Amino acid sequence: MLRFLLRRLAMLVATLLVSSFVIYGSLYLAPGNPIAALTGGRTPSPEAIAILEARYNLDEPFLVRYGLWLKGAVTGDLGVSIPLRQEVSDLITQRAGVTAALVLYASLIILVVGIGLGLLAGLRAGAVDTTVVVVTTISAAFPAFVAAIVLLLVFAVNLGWFPATGEGDGFVDTIRHMTLPAVALGFTSMALVARVTRSSVREELGREHVQTARSRGIPFRLIVRRHVLRNAAIPITTIAGLTIASLIAVAAVVERAFAMNGLGAYLVTAASNKDFAVVQGIALVLVAAFVIMNTVVDLLYALLDPRVKVGSRAQ
Amino acid sequence: MTPLLSIDDLTVQLSVEGDLRTVLHGVSLEISAGEAVGLVGESGSGKSMTARAVSRILPSGAVTFGSISFDGRDVSALRGGALRQYRGEVAMIFQDPRAHTNPVRTIGDFMTEALRTNRGVPGVEARRRAAALLEEVGITEGDRRLRQHPHELSSGMLQRVMIATALLTEPRLLLADEPTTALDVTTQAEVMAILDDLRRERGLALLFITHDLELAGAVCDRTAVMYAGQIVEVQAAGTLHDRPRHPYTAALVAARPRIDAMATRLAAIPGRPLSAFEAPAGCAFATRCLHVQDRCREARPALRPLGDGVVRCIRAEELVGV
Repeated sequence: MLRFLLRRLAMLVATLLVSSFVIYGSLYLAPGNPIAALTGGRTPSPEAIAILEARYNLDEPFLVRYGLWLKGAVTGDLGVSIPLRQEVSDLITQRAGVTAALVLYASLIILVVGIGLGLLAGLRAGAVDTTVVVVTTISAAFPAFVAAIVLLLVFAVNLGWFPATGEGDGFVDTIRHMTLPAVALGFTSMALVARVTRSSVREELGREHVQTARSRGIPFRLIVRRHVLRNAAIPITTIAGLTIASLIAVAAVVERAFAMNGLGAYLVTAASNKDFAVVQGIALVLVAAFVIMNTVVDLLYALLDPRVKVGSRAQ
Repeated sequence: MTPLLSIDDLTVQLSVEGDLRTVLHGVSLEISAGEAVGLVGESGSGKSMTARAVSRILPSGAVTFGSISFDGRDVSALRGGALRQYRGEVAMIFQDPRAHTNPVRTIGDFMTEALRTNRGVPGVEARRRAAALLEEVGITEGDRRLRQHPHELSSGMLQRVMIATALLTEPRLLLADEPTTALDVTTQAEVMAILDDLRRERGLALLFITHDLELAGAVCDRTAVMYAGQIVEVQAAGTLHDRPRHPYTAALVAARPRIDAMATRLAAIPGRPLSAFEAPAGCAFATRCLHVQDRCREARPALRPLGDGVVRCIRAEELVGV
């Protein structure tokens, strides 16, 4: 188990290193430059440019700049936003909470509603199953931005049940503010998780070992819990992990639709302001969250499926 | 003496894409307490379906006619607690032990599940009994095995775990569905010997499903031969091989390669095995029988007594010794 853990951690670090290089490199190749953004289109004197370049290390070669940035990033220093003259890490921490809360809330909806619906459809063939299949087909076809607009129109503007914008103060108010965005964010993934749950529950129900349990007189609800859900948890974890990790990126759209001050919305703003340091910082944080999420799913696998550990030992 | 298990005129239809297909047609069989009965036939003849009907694990949508009674109780009427109790008394051993064990749960969970769930035996006590039974089936270090998962055991060992598990609820009837078919030849004999010994020690009744006539002869008291969802012959296991009364049994015996004679070409039964729903109106075996006559095709022969057994062939007497 320890070796398995260390291997996964080494893979995590390697992935982060490669992605940080890609993030830094892609912005280096992007059109425009920070000095132009800073001076707002006016042509500064060569002396001013030299001073600015020296201050932000813009005169160094690419690899040296990447090294400096990475060294800072490891210690939590993501540099300074050139247009705002503020620490990037401060700008990020101010907004990370909103995104984290939103993604967490959406994940909860995805897991509870998705697995619930999938289980219902998997166990009850007939009308219940058909209804769930139709509902999830429709909801899977709704991209987050469409869902956001529809939810805003119906529940915020027409019915007035939920506020349309902002993130709220205190627990209850935050929940009230976050409900619509979280539903919009989780809409597609919920359907996906429900679908996978349904089909894997069906598959497990037909397995021979379930027959064994039936032949031994184990009550049906225990068979479902111990042999069907427990085994279906492996594919469900895969799809839930993947979709939840992808929410981190989709959150940008939803945050903008609901005018929330989150990381995703800020990434869009920063990109249009050519605020390179902020874009790099947020991208790095999002990628890190995604990669960590995947590692967590990998570790969950080892807990859920005893055969995974043996595979890693054999290699 | 009333038999322990009595299957009477059992007909089972499965729904296949909306159609009902007959897979068992008028199967009648009795097993007394402590008696071992072999059920022999080709794939698709309905052997496993018979065992599944007894164990009440037919696929959903199956329609059943006729009756199965166990120790005087009507099996199809059992519900809830009574059905669970019955399933403890009738244990099943399956062909493929690997597919029939949950891969993500430990051997200990698998073995003790029925005891803990249906009998309320505490976990520690259930594990102690499980370890003791593992010892009996020749698996040492029981405590360590109980913590392992199915993939860490060989198929032969896993089948022995299956046998031990089946015995754990102290059943009165074992249903063994080709318990050695999926194993290596070398482990087959070993597993078979363990199963036979433990059964005799405990005086358990056994329904032994196999396609191997000789194996059934070695293990069982009586052998029933199935073809196309019907029983075509039942007689003492010891004499069936040397004195088959039904042409199908005779063909099965002839199809088995002999170890003491060189064969230039292996004998095979012409045609392919039929399922119950494809069987013709007359004798089900008429399409492949070497001794078929016109009157065989007119009406389905009844299962009638002959000597110490029963046979479903109108020409059985004429064909003896042919």
